[in-house]
Amino acid sequence: MDSAAVDERIRALIEPFNKKGVTIEDATTFAGDLEFDSLTVMDFVAEIEDEFDIIISMNQQAEIENYGQLVAAVHKMQDS
Amino acid sequence: MTETLTDIAPTGDLLSKFDDLIQTRETLLASGIEDPFNLVMEKVLSPTTAICNGRETILLGTYNYMGMTFDPDVIDAGKQALSDYGSGTTGSRVLNGTYQGHRECEDALRDFYAMDHAMVFSTGYQANLGIIATLAGKGDYIVLDIDSHASIWDGCAMGNAEVVPFKHNDVEAMEKRLRRIPEGAGKLVILEGVYSMLGDVAPLKEMVAIAKKYGAMVLVDEAHSMGFIGENGRGVCEEQGVIDDVDFVIGTFSKSVGTVGGFCVSNHPKFDIMRLVCRPYVFTASLPPSVVATAATSIRKLMHGANKRAHLWENSKRLHGGLTELGFQLGTSEPQSAIVAVIMPDLERGAAMWEALLKEGLYVNLARPPATPANMTLLRCSLCAEHSAEEVETVLGMFERAGKAMGII
Repeated sequence: MDSAAVDERIRALIEPFNKKGVTIEDATTFAGDLEFDSLTVMDFVAEIEDEFDIIISMNQQAEIENYGQLVAAVHKMQDS
Repeated sequence: MTETLTDIAPTGDLLSKFDDLIQTRETLLASGIEDPFNLVMEKVLSPTTAICNGRETILLGTYNYMGMTFDPDVIDAGKQALSDYGSGTTGSRVLNGTYQGHRECEDALRDFYAMDHAMVFSTGYQANLGIIATLAGKGDYIVLDIDSHASIWDGCAMGNAEVVPFKHNDVEAMEKRLRRIPEGAGKLVILEGVYSMLGDVAPLKEMVAIAKKYGAMVLVDEAHSMGFIGENGRGVCEEQGVIDDVDFVIGTFSKSVGTVGGFCVSNHPKFDIMRLVCRPYVFTASLPPSVVATAATSIRKLMHGANKRAHLWENSKRLHGGLTELGFQLGTSEPQSAIVAVIMPDLERGAAMWEALLKEGLYVNLARPPATPANMTLLRCSLCAEHSAEEVETVLGMFERAGKAMGII
């Protein structure tokens, strides 16, 4: 799956969690712009893990602050 | 407006990251409420009553499930050890801090759980911290429930393992995560028998079977079930018939046992090496002789506590049923443990209700985020086998009056 396809699928998954309708760009942050709390993070990560059949450990989550980093990380995990 | 603490913080103050919390606390106390996190018990009259802030108070939030704190045999054992061995060991378990009493305490645990090995730590927190951090290191995977106790999370962080949480008590979510772990990686599944915030029990039978299917080792924290749940009081893993498949059981002396300390029991043939490699075991002073003597005596008495267990269940069922009838919203739809959690609409009303109960002469735990799941504010009640049936009725009357006065019911 190429990066654009990963982007498209994550963009669809994020929709129900984007309660304030924030415009999603690569620099959009989860904690700051989207105001995700820890429970929202858990549910959102679980959706992505199920969609792509991957694990994003909390250690890896700690490195992912914005949308662009998430797409890149998932794309990389897809390839491996 | 008066100057608050947060206004006078100098730049570069490392405590300024707590400003929001300081503000929340100041706002709460400014409403004139007694500080829920600064209560002093001036006198303790029994396992179930104390003088708190000058009032005689029924204790319904102590985890003193089996009421062993004032057991005459337990107290005698402690006094004797204090006279015979002194007030403290001043040393690590692996140097000068293992006395006869520490051995006897570990023997009592091995007998209680019918397991080959037992290791006593200075606190329950350190037992989780030490065992988890030592078992699962860099490159290993820990799969755990999102509602795990702070000591479990801290053990995960200290060990540098890959940490993969799953939704609370969700068997399918746990299995999915185990299935995706790379081939060959070490796996540790961490579960609790009773989750202390809502008092709900884990589906250990299913979860332990799945963990074993994926080749994971299993650690179960039975802090809130020891002495009470299971035929021999060994916990939820005994009750659900999977204790033989659990690799490590973690527990504490600060609940049913009635003193302080923590432990891990295991049948793993290599378990004893943990004594040399587990830092929170090695680099701290061992428990005082009086504490291990009271613990050992209490543990041996808990083996014969069937009648007390039955009364504790009666108390839990009556409180749960009574509060439900009164119209309170509880953490579980049926009583599952000795914890009954009453869900409050928000922190302000939760704190007001807590204070109203205290003024009635009842102490419960006020639990608030981030310690609680789903940002809930809870009034957490933990029952004791020494609460009489009449005391439980008195408690229900207090809840009714306070709940109506506060507009909660």
